[in-house]
Amino acid sequence: MLSQFLQFMFSGVTIGATYALAALGFTLIYNASNVINFAQGEFIMLGGMLTVFFLKSGLPMPAAIVLAIAVPAVVGILLEKLAIEPAKGADTVSLIIITIGASLVLRGIVQIWRGKGPAVFPAFSGNEPIIIGGAALAPQSLWVIGTSGVIVLALWLFFNRTVAGKAILATSVDPLAAQLAGINTQWVLLVSFALSAAVGAIGGILLTPITMTSYDVGIMLGLKGFVAAVVGGLGAGHGAVAGGLLVGIIEALTAGYISSAYKDAAPFLLIFVVLFFMPRGMFGAKKTERV
Amino acid sequence: MNAFLKACLTAVFGFALAMQANAAEPIKIGSVLSVTGPAAFLGDPELKTLRLYIEKINKEGGVLGRPLELVHYDDGSDANNANSFGKRLIESDKVDFLIGGTTTGATMSMAPLADRAGIPFISLAGGVVIVEPVKKWLFKTPHTDRMAAERVFQHMKKQGLTNIALLSETSGFGQSGKKESEAAAAKMGITLVANETYGPKDTDMSPQLTKIRGTAGVQALFVFGLGQGPAIVNKNAKMLGLKMPIYHAHGVASEEFIKLSEGAAEGVRLPAAALLVAAKLPDSDPQKPVALGYAKAYSERYKEDISTFGGHAYDALMILVGAIKRANGVDKAKVRDEIEQTKGFIGADGTFTMSPTDHLGLDLSAFRMLEVKNNDWALID
Repeated sequence: MLSQFLQFMFSGVTIGATYALAALGFTLIYNASNVINFAQGEFIMLGGMLTVFFLKSGLPMPAAIVLAIAVPAVVGILLEKLAIEPAKGADTVSLIIITIGASLVLRGIVQIWRGKGPAVFPAFSGNEPIIIGGAALAPQSLWVIGTSGVIVLALWLFFNRTVAGKAILATSVDPLAAQLAGINTQWVLLVSFALSAAVGAIGGILLTPITMTSYDVGIMLGLKGFVAAVVGGLGAGHGAVAGGLLVGIIEALTAGYISSAYKDAAPFLLIFVVLFFMPRGMFGAKKTERV
Repeated sequence: MNAFLKACLTAVFGFALAMQANAAEPIKIGSVLSVTGPAAFLGDPELKTLRLYIEKINKEGGVLGRPLELVHYDDGSDANNANSFGKRLIESDKVDFLIGGTTTGATMSMAPLADRAGIPFISLAGGVVIVEPVKKWLFKTPHTDRMAAERVFQHMKKQGLTNIALLSETSGFGQSGKKESEAAAAKMGITLVANETYGPKDTDMSPQLTKIRGTAGVQALFVFGLGQGPAIVNKNAKMLGLKMPIYHAHGVASEEFIKLSEGAAEGVRLPAAALLVAAKLPDSDPQKPVALGYAKAYSERYKEDISTFGGHAYDALMILVGAIKRANGVDKAKVRDEIEQTKGFIGADGTFTMSPTDHLGLDLSAFRMLEVKNNDWALID
């Protein structure tokens, strides 16, 4: 009984960690620009697909991974430069629609370039499961959970301990005041897109050995990541992590104890419940609108 | 100047008319396939196969001296699109025959159109509903989901496995498979002691497998899905150390499936058309030359592995061409009757013998039971 519960938790935490990375990506860009970047799922997809591609072209694993993080980061910058920046001053809804368009373009390019079939590469440290309390844990799950933890910590240090990070935070609080204080808000936007793309790509790379990747894997991951970000309170880093883990665990427990048929409905039901009782999400900033 | 222009125009026109009259009018075959979207892995090889063989037939002089012309639309795996493309094929392209409907949904959305217009329509989809009850103008070439379930249960019973767990995908294919498996199980004395599902885009099935492992009396697992899901099930099952035999449905019968499972497919069993194991068939098997010929032509042209799905398109085209030849023309009613008369046609999917009550014409022997051994398919039954 306990081993069964543990098994569900392992599943939930592993998948939840990647939802958390996707949610972090949403949060980073939302903070800098108030835009929900619906191309976030595509960065996850790019991470996995590019690693497969670079490995196939003969690069060693570390080089392939570095490139598969760098290329999506550049794509993120290009997306900001070529699609978001020219539409400067447009309202948020238009910008969100632009990101949806960008996600379709990215998906389409990869579909034509790499085909529609799924792809995979071997896990970093083998497939021999670790047995804890009668439940099996894939070594790759430890990679996913561990790396996610490191990224969360690194981002926290970046935002709280460096000038550049504080500049981004300042911009998210009040862009005009930040600009007056001499912060280059344009640069802030670029960095946010690059960072969020890189974080998404890392998630994609870590997850691929477990779940495989294909040109359209970003749709569902992006959507669940979005749910996680909203549940956690959009804009809060620790909220994104908590939201991601919560969504992952609820999914696994629903599949295990109730019925796998309701598994995908559970996160979307969660979003209603959370927003009903906590309209700003679990960790959302309490804002009061001045009249 | 004016007169000169007129003369020129007349000349051009006359020339164009003459050209048209010279070339025999092509026989138009309309097709709607899912070349993009979730069902793309089915529709893509189907379209490639149709193109390959229509080209080949035209090079050899066409059918009854007339070339074949393929008019194709991609429904993007959406049955609604299939309906509007079907309308366009019939009303504005004025096609003579229809091949296609990669999915059961697409086929059923076009079926009433073909019926109203009286156009012979050969579907490439798996669902039983396409041919049961029999519809006058509608035929199909792929094995049905029910046949797959029956073939698997037949093999399980031989092995003494009667209490099994069913894990089906929530896609159209998986849901139809679930329904047919439930019906077939009751008929064949198999008890489904666990009945779980997973989503087509799911990335982790270990909760379902843990639950199945915890259910008392499960002797074997039957997975009904396609694409990457079943490969993930293999990997999860290996990780969890699931000891029971795993059976899959015919939807995953491709080399890709073994590759994606990364070694975790070892020992899994599934029913598949002879095409997949063409080279391993005994020489006495009548399907061997057909399957080998198709496999060679396809992989030479497209430089990719064959899948059984392209074979459905091959069979549909050849059955249609055969019927046109026998009808000695493109009269739709006559060709329809001739398709129904197809007897002993050896295709990639099996030996077809259709009748007024059977618009598929395959029996369980069309499926071979395969097992993955050393990362390759092996015939076991």
